[in-house]
Amino acid sequence: MDVGSTAQRLLPARPVPEDLDAHLAGFGPRAHLEPGAMLDALDASGLRGRGGADFPTGVKWRAVRDHTKRGGDAVVVANAAECEPASFKDRFLLTYRPHLVLDGLECAAETVGARRVVIYTTKSHSDVEAALRAAIRERRRRADSDRFIDVVVGPNRYVAGEETALVSRVSGHLAKPKVVPPRPFQSGVDRLPTLVQNVETLAHAALIARFGAPWFRSVGTERSPGTALLTVSGAVRTPGVLEAACDTTVGAIVDRAGGVDGEPATVLLGGYFGRWVLAERIWNNTIDALSLQSVGASLGTGVLVVATATTCGISETDRVLTFLAGQTAGQCGPCHVGLPAIAETFHKVATGRARPAAIDLLVRWSHDVRGRGACRHPDGAMLFLASAMDVFAADLRHHLKNGSCRFSGQRPLLPIPTTEAGWW
Amino acid sequence: MVRVRLRVDPIKCKAHGMCGELFPERIRMDDWGYPVIDPRALSDDVLEHARRAIDDCPRAALWVEPVDEPGARVRPDDSD
Repeated sequence: MDVGSTAQRLLPARPVPEDLDAHLAGFGPRAHLEPGAMLDALDASGLRGRGGADFPTGVKWRAVRDHTKRGGDAVVVANAAECEPASFKDRFLLTYRPHLVLDGLECAAETVGARRVVIYTTKSHSDVEAALRAAIRERRRRADSDRFIDVVVGPNRYVAGEETALVSRVSGHLAKPKVVPPRPFQSGVDRLPTLVQNVETLAHAALIARFGAPWFRSVGTERSPGTALLTVSGAVRTPGVLEAACDTTVGAIVDRAGGVDGEPATVLLGGYFGRWVLAERIWNNTIDALSLQSVGASLGTGVLVVATATTCGISETDRVLTFLAGQTAGQCGPCHVGLPAIAETFHKVATGRARPAAIDLLVRWSHDVRGRGACRHPDGAMLFLASAMDVFAADLRHHLKNGSCRFSGQRPLLPIPTTEAGWW
Repeated sequence: MVRVRLRVDPIKCKAHGMCGELFPERIRMDDWGYPVIDPRALSDDVLEHARRAIDDCPRAALWVEPVDEPGARVRPDDSD
């Protein structure tokens, strides 16, 4: 298979779930690299985490390995929680290429010296859980896997996929974030050094193990080499998951999703911890990190929602903010007291039941809660709010005065998932 | 000498508000009564007040950590 010639690396050419036979026919058996060689390959590849943090993968694996050498054992967890409501790419990948992710997971375990290997998903993704369990059984039957891979299922909560929440759940406790340090690489699952890695990142790592860093860098940019999985939705004609090299422009990606039904006005980039950006400011920018940074955005979890001028950005923001305020773990005051206060105030402004001073209050509060939770839930929510108040500034004033706009009653663009009350 | 800064464990903190009264030089209260801590390193002249705030917190939620502690973060924009 000539995998290197196209930007279609992670996703199969046809949307058919690959079983182990198909996987082996396409990729051959898993590459077994010495830990040092694998770490060097990751460093040279420039691969960065695709769960939203964009952190260098080689650095992360090395940190866990360094701690393992001292303590003896480690844990590796593939993060398939995908709690971002507008994101489907991880589930898509796990449905069509589960074995590529499992290859990456085993490679990670081998590299950092982990005995316990876990894949973590959530209750709402029961189809993914079934596909994963089937793939794991397949590997065990064929002895292609030298390790027992455990599946752990967490609750449907927005913060349940956060690293320390995941570590807590896999250790048998509630899926709530913890104060760092210690970070998972220092003390994670059962207090062992723990590598938590998003499933797309693991799939890329599996390919780097096979084809090498220069191959990985043959597409994309210097800062963001390789390809990325994206979930494109909103006012596009064929919403869905697609894979693009990181030197592809936002406009070209939207074209691949069938183009816009109407005139693009704004884009929500990165999910509900992401940012709203004016379409005209970002259309010709590539999804490379530096290119997005230049307009104050980042790819985050690879979510791209296109909105037109007939989308009410205030109603959309109002609903998402209310959702995020309801998703705090109830642990840190600035978050579990602050976010509901902020969401309520924003809702009052959006429905014309507030004084003009409320907008200043929102600005002050949104600065105040940032950086003050154990996790980054308040930070992410406030980035989202700040970008909305910037991009939809005129609309917000219109809502404050009139209580609504011509487009507020429309069918919502951004999905709000149903979640549960529990944390286990 | 190791430079340190004050930190609060936001999970332990239940907004008793003692720290803000004992160490107003570096701690202000937000609108909901939770402390906002100045992220700068503690200078010698304020160490005594910092110690008092730490010792008297009814939730034992305050501590000092070296400024260059790996994994420490002050602002959300710090690299992870």
